[in-house]
Amino acid sequence: MDPRLGTALAVVIGVPGVLVGYIYLTEVVLRFVAEKNRARIRPWLWLLPALLFLGLFLVIPTILTILRSFQGAVEGVWSGLDNYAWFFGTPDALTALRNNLLWVVFLTLFAVGGGLIIAVLVDRVRYESVAKSVIFVPLAISTTAAAVIWRFMFDYQSKGTAQTGTLNGILGAFGLGPISFLQVDTLALNTIFLIIVTAWMWTGFAMVILSAALKGISAELLEAARVDGATEWRVFRFIVFPLLLPTVAVVSTTIVITALKTFDVVLVMTNGNFGTDVIALRMIKESFINGNVGHGSALAVILLLAIIPVMALNISRFRAQEAIR
Amino acid sequence: MEERRSSWRRVAALAGAAALVFAACSGSSSNAGKSVTVIGTWGGDEQKAFLAMVKPWEDSTGNKVKYTGTRDINTVLTTGVASGVLPDLAGLPGPGQMAEFSKSGALKPLDGVLDVATYTAETAPALVALGKVDGKLAGVFIKAAVKGLIWYNPKVHDYSSAPPKTWDDLKSQATANKDGAAAIWCLRLGSGAASGWPGTDWIEDLVLRQAGPDVYNSWWSGKTKWSDPAIKTAFQTYLTDVVANIKDTTEAVDPTKDFSGGGDPLFTSPPGCELFHQASFITGLGGFKGKAAGTDYNFFPFPDVNTQFSGAVEGAGDLFGMFHDTDEAKSLMKYLVTAPAQDIWVKAGGALSANKNAKDYPDDISKRSADLLANAKSFVFDASDLMPKAMNDVFWTAMLKVTKDPSTLDSVLADLDKTQATAYAP
Repeated sequence: MDPRLGTALAVVIGVPGVLVGYIYLTEVVLRFVAEKNRARIRPWLWLLPALLFLGLFLVIPTILTILRSFQGAVEGVWSGLDNYAWFFGTPDALTALRNNLLWVVFLTLFAVGGGLIIAVLVDRVRYESVAKSVIFVPLAISTTAAAVIWRFMFDYQSKGTAQTGTLNGILGAFGLGPISFLQVDTLALNTIFLIIVTAWMWTGFAMVILSAALKGISAELLEAARVDGATEWRVFRFIVFPLLLPTVAVVSTTIVITALKTFDVVLVMTNGNFGTDVIALRMIKESFINGNVGHGSALAVILLLAIIPVMALNISRFRAQEAIR
Repeated sequence: MEERRSSWRRVAALAGAAALVFAACSGSSSNAGKSVTVIGTWGGDEQKAFLAMVKPWEDSTGNKVKYTGTRDINTVLTTGVASGVLPDLAGLPGPGQMAEFSKSGALKPLDGVLDVATYTAETAPALVALGKVDGKLAGVFIKAAVKGLIWYNPKVHDYSSAPPKTWDDLKSQATANKDGAAAIWCLRLGSGAASGWPGTDWIEDLVLRQAGPDVYNSWWSGKTKWSDPAIKTAFQTYLTDVVANIKDTTEAVDPTKDFSGGGDPLFTSPPGCELFHQASFITGLGGFKGKAAGTDYNFFPFPDVNTQFSGAVEGAGDLFGMFHDTDEAKSLMKYLVTAPAQDIWVKAGGALSANKNAKDYPDDISKRSADLLANAKSFVFDASDLMPKAMNDVFWTAMLKVTKDPSTLDSVLADLDKTQATAYAP
């Protein structure tokens, strides 16, 4: 028997077995606890494995990374704020930071904006599910594969030779181009082109969630507005959109975090050249190619600091909503 | 309550037993022949050639080679050394990293593994020396290449009767014979995450011939600054004589356009370019692969710039090291550097052997480049491969930047100086 098959079966049967076994074990432990306290202790026992995993794989590494960011290239040699000074003193690193900001703003705008428009429009057509499936499919593709696909879209051949890239092919039909899209660094346009690739993937995600929220808005409400003589635009602006707002906020948070973490599209399409570098890619390069884990950790901490406000906003929103309910 | 508890117990016991049974099954594996894990940078035809090379060893020992090819070997090994998950044998990114891995103890010494006397006698002294760390043999060159060959299509113009002797001679001959070619030079710097390296070869060849081996060595070891006139001149020559004479800069710096296809315009009609600067291994890649050596393509060595430094040759090679000293790994390592093994390798084309006794080259072109390597008056190793990783990485991207926009030269050199100031720190 292929040993991998054995492992697979052991996982499929063993994992649920261990889970059931653990719950049984907690009941055994609880027998030694006074009856009235059991209800209070039980959830903590059930949470314990998850908390242990979180601590081991999330909290401890985070603390170690923060400590590591105050050390030099060699582990254990404290270097104060040197790594952060390096970051803010290196133009290439600051370009990466600028690009991440562009990613946050434009990816959110493209993906959430596009998703909202599509969700509202397909709501009114008969072939809604087909249209939604088509737009959702790119999300199922791995980011690397998507980047490779878009490399063909943006492909460039010297002027005078046949254009193999879709976009340059279209431009050529009008006697324009060719343009090497990923090398146009004026106004950071090449970064915007990379953002479009990711937006192509994530618009479907935003659309599906917003579309579900849209279905949740009661038809009577809209009917009442229309009977009162509101135009379709006013119905959307003053009834639909405010009701969708909490969902838009949640979707935006997800997209903002995606934008901050972005890495693979840039790696595959430009490898960070021509001013398209982003923090996550810089982090990998500093840590594993240049072997300076100090720099890499500082970049990780900067990325973490950038994500915290978004998370905090999301949690406070979530709490506020819970309170309303 | 009682009933439920017993059913709990039954489920748990059953699941636990099942888990044990399957764990036992998955633990057993076959014992026929041991295996050696190898990670290298070779894919495609190179990978086939490597597997053909280890086949006789597998047949005679009954062991198996498990080969994985990756272009990102630097990352794989750096993280591997940190985590301890390493292959038995691996290609090493360069002498710098080899020294790091060897000093940390991850890389095992080869002195007791190879027949050192034979290895030393059969291999170019410069290459043997480059494989040593603190006097101990840490890596061997399993494959070698000569850098700085200039390729042309003899059907367009045959340079073999009067190969250019000097850089100026090259420029005037190239201009005179341009004929229908769209440009003098072909240039492509793309190579995935390593994009830019073909440009570093240009700078290295020019520094070596303009300023000589001493400046070359002090430059890669971080003692000569990038803004030093000797280095800056090489960049300027590259920009005015080469980059200004290519067809399309945008295509040349495109990271997705692989360098291996860079020489293909030599073979089109009318030719896209007249000359193409690339190492000996190009004959196994791109459009060269299907063409006949000697009739479809030929090369002349990089001409002298300053005749004082005549006869200097830049080479490179794939270093190979051992991370686990199992008996199988030792036996494979020993076999790989022998002439019979190396003969299989070079016969496949595109590769030169560091072993002088490997003679089975498929054509005259490969033989000539092997002779260049063996008979070089002074031999230097690829400078960018010798630099610290951080320096090398910036050098690569600098080549893309400066080729795309030559006006950035001064700021690019200043950036390189800045990296140089920190990258060499212990």
